[in-house]
Amino acid sequence: MKRVPAPGAKINVTADGRHVDTANLGFTMSPHEECAVEAGAQLVEQHGGEATVLTLGPVEAEEQVRYAVSVGMQRGVVLPITDDDWDPQRTARAITAAVGELEAADGPFDLLLFGNESADSGGFQVGIRVAHALGRPMVNGAKGLTVADGVAHVEREADAGREAYELPLPAVVGVKEGLNLPRYPTMRGRLASKKAEVATIEPTGEPGGLVTDRLQSPPERVSQTVVLGHGPDAAPAVVDVLEEIGVL
Amino acid sequence: MGSVLVVVEHDRGSPAPATLEAMTAARTLAGQTGVDVEALTIGAAADDIAAELGAYGAAVVHRVHHELLDDYGPEAWGEVIAQAVVALGPSVVLATGTDRGNEFMAQAAARLDAPFCANVTEFRRGETFEVTRVRWGGSLLESATVTADVHLASVAHHSTDASPAETPSAAALSTLTVTLDPSVARTRIVARVEREAGVTLATAPVVVGGGRGVGSADGFAALQELADELGGIVGCSRAVTNNGWRNHTDQVGQTGTRIAPDVYFACGISGAIQHWVGAMASKHIIAVNTDPQANMVTKAGYAVIADLHEMIPAITEEIRRRRAG
Ligand SMILES: Cc1cc2nc3c(=O)[nH]c(=O)nc-3n(C[C@H](O)[C@H](O)[C@H](O)COP(=O)(O)OP(=O)(O)OC[C@H]3O[C@@H](n4cnc5c(N)ncnc54)[C@H](O)[C@@H]3O)c2cc1C
Repeated sequence: MKRVPAPGAKINVTADGRHVDTANLGFTMSPHEECAVEAGAQLVEQHGGEATVLTLGPVEAEEQVRYAVSVGMQRGVVLPITDDDWDPQRTARAITAAVGELEAADGPFDLLLFGNESADSGGFQVGIRVAHALGRPMVNGAKGLTVADGVAHVEREADAGREAYELPLPAVVGVKEGLNLPRYPTMRGRLASKKAEVATIEPTGEPGGLVTDRLQSPPERVSQTVVLGHGPDAAPAVVDVLEEIGVL
Repeated sequence: MGSVLVVVEHDRGSPAPATLEAMTAARTLAGQTGVDVEALTIGAAADDIAAELGAYGAAVVHRVHHELLDDYGPEAWGEVIAQAVVALGPSVVLATGTDRGNEFMAQAAARLDAPFCANVTEFRRGETFEVTRVRWGGSLLESATVTADVHLASVAHHSTDASPAETPSAAALSTLTVTLDPSVARTRIVARVEREAGVTLATAPVVVGGGRGVGSADGFAALQELADELGGIVGCSRAVTNNGWRNHTDQVGQTGTRIAPDVYFACGISGAIQHWVGAMASKHIIAVNTDPQANMVTKAGYAVIADLHEMIPAITEEIRRRRAG
């Protein structure tokens, strides 16, 4: 799960062009991962067992880890970093090592869930790299996920329609928003999240080959808005427009 | 310097429309350093696409046949691309910036332990290899330098217009042999539900979108009526999906569907950038909002400053009046 700025209407960049200006932004879980957390909570409710939430990010990401505990995760792990964005190869190396460490202590996870892509960097690859490093099957973009008899049944949308996969466990699945409707924390959940122990694992991994030089806003599309009126009296003007552009 | 190799995305032989955009981007990039564009087709079903690839500038089409490649599988495709890179030694490999393209390229990158740049809009190839790529679903662009033996990237959909080569070639055909471990079949499609024919959010000519301003699930009835009247479909913002008023399949935006209708009615939607990136390809936008300063109002071509609960029924009524008239 990745901590990302919760956007206002516009995302600005700092003066040096290297970072998102978060001065007026809060933080949140990246939306696809929010659904991955919900999926984890539901699977534990259905099958028993435990779900762990893991993040690589600034120490403040503990806030999102605790939130995940408040909505159904049992354990939390933070891989703290100080520079704000690790490239995907490095991120995947660190997560692979951390999963290895957790599995050495407690046995293998049946399922690793990732977001389809993180909302901010949109790299589409960390989960796939981790799956490959661990030698596990991986499908991205899940909009349906059930587990039975040692198999994860995954469905996703494609141009031609829905397609289904059956991955033998242990497996890795990349989740897309729309898989489920994430729940809100209950009072009990909030209390549990305050008490939960959040473990720290020092991230390891050589940097990969992608270095961000600069972020910028795309060119603004300026539009001269034609205000057709105020209130329902403007209905004829709206319908005139529909006739003009030929949809009526 | 090696060629620019394009991995042709297709579904059991039907090429993804974005593949020709990737071919076009590859030609521009290859032209910068005077190398050839080559293409890689995976699975026998893709053989028929080869002729068209010549028209888009492919000097050679490398075809791969294997019994595990009669349908799409992310691990099998990633493995084929990784083996093709080793066998053919391209300097750049491009694919489409679709969910599938990004998936098989990431699978290949993992196998090659090479960087992968998703959704690139621009390439600069000089002393170093630099890209501009889409972040935040399109609200920011990133300039990045890539250091690698082979540069793997996907081309952001719609960032390049597909255009045929000025001098089309009859692409030479070659067959590439790969060795696939049966374990790649773990991730193969086992069943499909074909999409029902009819308008979808992505293809509808009219979308009537509702946001938090609609206030409830019931509030969408009036939007549905207007959509029905215009042969359109209802869309919504993430605030609506999060409240459980509509299904996620109706969501327009970065983590929803990208729409391109003739007209988009944006009702009670503030126009946050994540929503806007999904709506901005609409030909005309009519915003209905009580707040004249709302982003959606200032960005739209047309706006009405009004309570949508009064406005939408009034529009539907006016349309019916004129039709009856
Ligand atoms: C990573 C990420 C991805 C996201 N992806 C998406 C996405 O795909 N799609 C998406 O939509 N959002 C997405 N969001 C959320 C987005 O940032 C906004 O929160 C969301 O779009 C706001 O929805 P809204 O405009 O309906 O609500 P609000 O921002 O609350 O706006 C409501 C609007 O309704 C108007 N209004 C209120 N009452 C009325 C009335 N009676 N009549 C007329 N107007 C009225 C108000 O003036 C206001 O402008 C994403 C966020 C993140 C962090």
